[in-house]
Amino acid sequence: MRDPAPKRVLQLRFSARASELKQVREAVRAGVEGCGCSPEATADIVLAIDEACQNVIRHAYCGECDDAIELEIERSGDRLIFSLADRAAPIDPERVRPRDLDDIRPGGLGTHFIRRVMDEVEFCRPPSGRGNLLRMVRRIS
Amino acid sequence: MEHAVRDEPQGLVVSFCGDVDLENSPRAREVLLRCVAQRKDLLVDLSAVSYIDSSGVASLVEAFQASKKNGRRFALVAVNDSAMRVLQLARLDKVFTIHNTLSDGLRGGA
Repeated sequence: MRDPAPKRVLQLRFSARASELKQVREAVRAGVEGCGCSPEATADIVLAIDEACQNVIRHAYCGECDDAIELEIERSGDRLIFSLADRAAPIDPERVRPRDLDDIRPGGLGTHFIRRVMDEVEFCRPPSGRGNLLRMVRRIS
Repeated sequence: MEHAVRDEPQGLVVSFCGDVDLENSPRAREVLLRCVAQRKDLLVDLSAVSYIDSSGVASLVEAFQASKKNGRRFALVAVNDSAMRVLQLARLDKVFTIHNTLSDGLRGGA
């Protein structure tokens, strides 16, 4: 059976600043909880989205700025679909690969968290043709 | 995020309270590295940390490695469930010494 048409759970637009991320986490938490996710799954998803936003700030915008990040969450059946878009220059996805966890050093964990928490992670071509679009999917039970 | 540093006979106890996230982790890193510079054993109390991300974890790893380099012990104490989950995702729960309570940490050294 095909998944039903996606229903929007949340749409957010915010500046690429660290000070914005607490509010983003709170909105994501509320949206995901509203879809019936367990507290554990909700905490994991909040972490993954926070880390994905941090990657946009660090790697796409190369630091904090007033440019926008757009986050959309949709639900399609048992799948939560997260789309994170920016208007920065296209990044090389190779630059945001997870590091080897046996190499104990500060940094490089964010992408690992995203891949551990999400069932699908892919960089897509943004419909506008500008910026970057990261699409993440998490199945919920 | 708030923090407190206590000087105990067993070493320094650093407690963080609130979110150790991208906004606050530079301050957490500074506090931790200032403690490391005192060349004492270090216990980091995470019981009141409501959220920690990869940047907060990176600060802990950096302080842990700097303490080790100084020949000092470094341990986490009273790590709450949400912070523990993040350490588990990073597989650092097997790397850090972790005590269930602050008194266990003080008894066992850092």
